[in-house]
Amino acid sequence: MLKMTRVSKVFRTDTVETHALRDFSIEVSAGEFVAVTGPSGSGKTTFLNVAGLLEPLDSGVYELANTDVSRLSDNARSRLRNEKIGFIFQSFNLITTLDIYDNVDVPLRYRRMSSAERHKRVSGALELVGLSARMKHLPSQLSGGQQQRAAIARALVGEPVLVLADEPTGNLDSLMARQIMDLLAEINRSGTTIVLVTHDAELARRSQRNVHIVDGQLADADVGAGSTPTQVAQPSSPSAAA
Amino acid sequence: MFAYYGRLALKSLASTPGLTALMVLAIGLGIGVCVTILTVYHGVSSNPLWWKNDRVYSVTMDDWDPEGPAYPERPHLPPPQMTYMDATYLAASDVPLRKVIMYPVNGVVSGGADAGRAFKTRTRITTGDFFEMFDVPFQYGAGWTAEADAGAQNVIVLSRALNARLFGGASGVGQTIRWNDREFRVIGVLGEWHPLPRFYDMNTGPFNDPEDAYIPWGWGRVLAQLTSGTLRCWNTAEATDNFEQVAASSCTWIQMWVELPDARTRERMQTVLDGYWSQQHAAGRFQRPRNNRLTNVEQWLRDQEVVQDDNRMLVRLAFAFLVVCLINTAGLLLAKFLNGAPASGIRRALGASRAQIFIQHIVEAGILAAGGCIVGLMLSAAGLWGLRALYANSTETGSGYAGFAYVDSATLVWALVLTVVTTFLAGGYPAWRIGRVPPTVYLKSQ
Repeated sequence: MLKMTRVSKVFRTDTVETHALRDFSIEVSAGEFVAVTGPSGSGKTTFLNVAGLLEPLDSGVYELANTDVSRLSDNARSRLRNEKIGFIFQSFNLITTLDIYDNVDVPLRYRRMSSAERHKRVSGALELVGLSARMKHLPSQLSGGQQQRAAIARALVGEPVLVLADEPTGNLDSLMARQIMDLLAEINRSGTTIVLVTHDAELARRSQRNVHIVDGQLADADVGAGSTPTQVAQPSSPSAAA
Repeated sequence: MFAYYGRLALKSLASTPGLTALMVLAIGLGIGVCVTILTVYHGVSSNPLWWKNDRVYSVTMDDWDPEGPAYPERPHLPPPQMTYMDATYLAASDVPLRKVIMYPVNGVVSGGADAGRAFKTRTRITTGDFFEMFDVPFQYGAGWTAEADAGAQNVIVLSRALNARLFGGASGVGQTIRWNDREFRVIGVLGEWHPLPRFYDMNTGPFNDPEDAYIPWGWGRVLAQLTSGTLRCWNTAEATDNFEQVAASSCTWIQMWVELPDARTRERMQTVLDGYWSQQHAAGRFQRPRNNRLTNVEQWLRDQEVVQDDNRMLVRLAFAFLVVCLINTAGLLLAKFLNGAPASGIRRALGASRAQIFIQHIVEAGILAAGGCIVGLMLSAAGLWGLRALYANSTETGSGYAGFAYVDSATLVWALVLTVVTTFLAGGYPAWRIGRVPPTVYLKSQ
């Protein structure tokens, strides 16, 4: 599903050069639930941005769903993001001026899809996360947990093959966080690949595999509580796995 | 997709009503001023007989003083009018399809419902081809034939306004009126006709209305009435005390136009002019270099400098003002778009391309510009109304400005063009900038 080989990403200013990812290699199989952990500044979010095609990589190879996406144009990357990837963010990132229905509808607007089909999908996604009754509410009228569920509905509405979640429970209390994790686990059980970036070791343990990033490199990999041996993919780069 | 972008734009604009109003007003002011000036400029500079630009020509020959040109500021041009003898000789040529020689006179008219009162009426003495050559519309009746010119028949054509004054709007055709104490039978009443500029005779002001009465050419000699327009003489040794003396002099006062249907006829007419010039030159006249011209209306308006430098400067200033308004609007739009950058970052993350973000924002700028266009048109209508009021009684321009100081199709076209230009000038850069913002910048900071 997701395979990065010796990927590097460097951020440069006039005076500073930051190696966010160095010869980073990882492979995530279809249907896996992988947690990515690491200290602040370790490169977790950069990994997620590169994986989500939000940032171009400087070197290395990135294959998504068996397609090399390392050197695609902005248009092609946008189209792939829209069709194959769903994002869930820590701060929900709902558009404040749109109601929940319209927020969930956003990814479908960038596809050539009939109004009826969009309506069916948006309604289905909102029903899945239990927000059908709130579809005409603005984000500010919902609780944090409800907003994150709306964001999950938006991530799923395009039926992506890969969901990237960046600290999805970071702004929620423990009860809400558990509910969101339950929801993600349910989504994963339906076959969607999930890569979750988190600080929270307890959340990471709910994944099938936990990979740890330090200084832009893969430090180690553990099998999480929910894993089965066949679902675990080992890091592909010897240097990263070391 | 554009409907979606339109909906987003309206929502965005409604969320900042004060800022939106300010931008619409800024664009409206710029478009309003520009459209007003352009409408006037268009009226001043347009060719009112454009569809005959390759058929109708002014005839001029340089029979002016050998010591200097007729107009020192335009030394390359012959005088804009002809002498009586040259005009009448050339008008006898059978080369042109139609030919007009003419001049304005003052007349006093009485008759019809207003029979008890005589009033001064600007009149044109002309050959009968005038109406067909210049495509003058008739409300009732028609013009006269060449026989009426030769025999000075008592026929007259009235303007729509004069007919309305004399006959209350009913057709005056067949009725008899008095013109300078002679009886004339009305044979035609013109429809609305306001060629601006009044290209065929600009000596008494290019923006004056056409005359109210028209009588056959032959009456000039019969009445022995000199022009009420411009009579220019250079040879002070010549006597010019009466009509016959002026007619035999080198004074210029006759306007001459011909209709030449094709290039070959035009060449033949040029040969006629050149032949006549050679003949007269040999006889001691036409001592200046040969300069015989057939000038179409468009070139004629340029030669006579109807559009003055002031007009052009005014147009430049109007555009400069529009640019200032647009720069201000662009700054406000940039601030507004950057304020909404996080939402654009989210859209980018969810699959919108840079182009789609650009289009979304340019649609917003377009809607803003359309609002500015409506405000601009209202301001322009007010400005043109003000111009009409200001120049209504001006002796310099006549009532001519009233003829084009209106919101008409040309005004609407200007407004539309300026709206499109505004959209891209004011909205282009902000929309481009927002499309280039990396989505990751805002995703964490939401």
